[in-house]
Amino acid sequence: MKYAYYPGCSLEATGKEYNQSAKIVARQLGIELWEIPDWSCCGATAAHNADHLLSLALPARNLAIAEKEGLDVAVPCAACFNRLRAVEKEVRESETMRATISEIIGTEYKASNTTRCMLDVMVQGVGLEKIREQVVKPLSGLKLASYYGCLLVRPPDLTAFDDPEDPVLMDNLIEVLGGEAVKWPYKTECCGGSLSTVRKDIGFRLIYEILRRARDAGAEAIVTACPLCLLNLDMRQAQVAAANNDKLNLPIFYFTELMGVAMGYAPKDLGLTTHFVNPVPLLEAKEILRHPATRRETA
Amino acid sequence: MERVELADSLRQGQALIQQLEAESGVTLTECYQCGKCAAGCPVAFAMDYTPRQIIRLLQLGLGEEAIKSHTPWLCASCQACYTRCPREVNLPRLMEAVRQEARRRGVIKEKNVEIFDRAFLDSVKRYGRSHEMGIIIQSNLQSMQPFKDVMLGPPMFFKGKISPLPSKIKDVANVKEIFARARAKRGNKH
Repeated sequence: MKYAYYPGCSLEATGKEYNQSAKIVARQLGIELWEIPDWSCCGATAAHNADHLLSLALPARNLAIAEKEGLDVAVPCAACFNRLRAVEKEVRESETMRATISEIIGTEYKASNTTRCMLDVMVQGVGLEKIREQVVKPLSGLKLASYYGCLLVRPPDLTAFDDPEDPVLMDNLIEVLGGEAVKWPYKTECCGGSLSTVRKDIGFRLIYEILRRARDAGAEAIVTACPLCLLNLDMRQAQVAAANNDKLNLPIFYFTELMGVAMGYAPKDLGLTTHFVNPVPLLEAKEILRHPATRRETA
Repeated sequence: MERVELADSLRQGQALIQQLEAESGVTLTECYQCGKCAAGCPVAFAMDYTPRQIIRLLQLGLGEEAIKSHTPWLCASCQACYTRCPREVNLPRLMEAVRQEARRRGVIKEKNVEIFDRAFLDSVKRYGRSHEMGIIIQSNLQSMQPFKDVMLGPPMFFKGKISPLPSKIKDVANVKEIFARARAKRGNKH
């Protein structure tokens, strides 16, 4: 199983542990990742706020490189995934758009390849049974809130791999890893993205609601598939808790980090030690890390 | 807002209605005002007009009022409204079109949002990738809040999560061309 890999800008910086853990877990599952050479930014929200054509052309540049290699594309970041799928759809549906985009990026792009998010590649591409075979340190007793956010599952005509209102892929994955997926009402609520930077009064309220609902549902940690969500829920957590006179101590994981832990990789190798809310004490309290089988990361 | 004659506003608002419909691909009359968009909108509490009200203003030819609203600037484009709309009105695309028209007229209702988006796109144009630390510093300076979130900087740096140096791609020229050609096609400035 070989994919063109599009990490995206966040995975080079604030979300680097997502990159680290996704690569380790992909290799363990036998997924070969070919990083798109000289990949560029997908334009994110800023591009589609400014100019629709620009927001399609920026991701298309990357997809065209993968298309020439004859490869489908695997993307960890939910926001990049959404932008890549947006241009793929518009180019497939309109001959005029295909010509326009090809002209803007200076090379042919037909959208003959498909973009998949990493959660889909692993859970539905590889399959839960194959993942189960790799679990050596089950996440026993760990209560987790699976948090999909918005861009991973919406709008469904773009994302098209899980239910937009009650997605279950990450919940199923948690169960296979030996953890417990709690039921909670905020799994697809929006974290506000960059609102926590440009309008704190709005952003912080959205973040607090998500954190509070997860805790109230009995979750000991939150699992996400988006670097923006993680940044908001993890880096901002102390500020948000203080603003609401609350104490939260909810570690936030990327699903790939938890897969890595369950597969026996050390927290440091997965980048878990770079989180603001340190998740290691929770894993230690649950005695998940004390299981004798440990894989060494040698890459 | 003041009293308006709807017959007049509808007539006078046609040009703007047609322009926004063409840019967004939305047919405004599709919306039957059920309000599901506003009910599920996570940011509605902070808006001056709810998403449903923005569509209603446009339907009635009162687009000028919509263009002066904070709503299109606050929309997080989370797609909840579009996902739930029984008429499949692509409201996030409509918000984009209203915001772009507001920008063309120099009506910037949320300065920090505009500054952040510009800093982001400047970074992409310059390096081919977004450089998070540079974007935050540029937006903080331009929005006159130089010390905003400054205490998050050192821990981010020591965790290796931000870098003072941008990661620049080899073919930046190609990305610059993409910006220029998209702008030329659109007759748009950003």
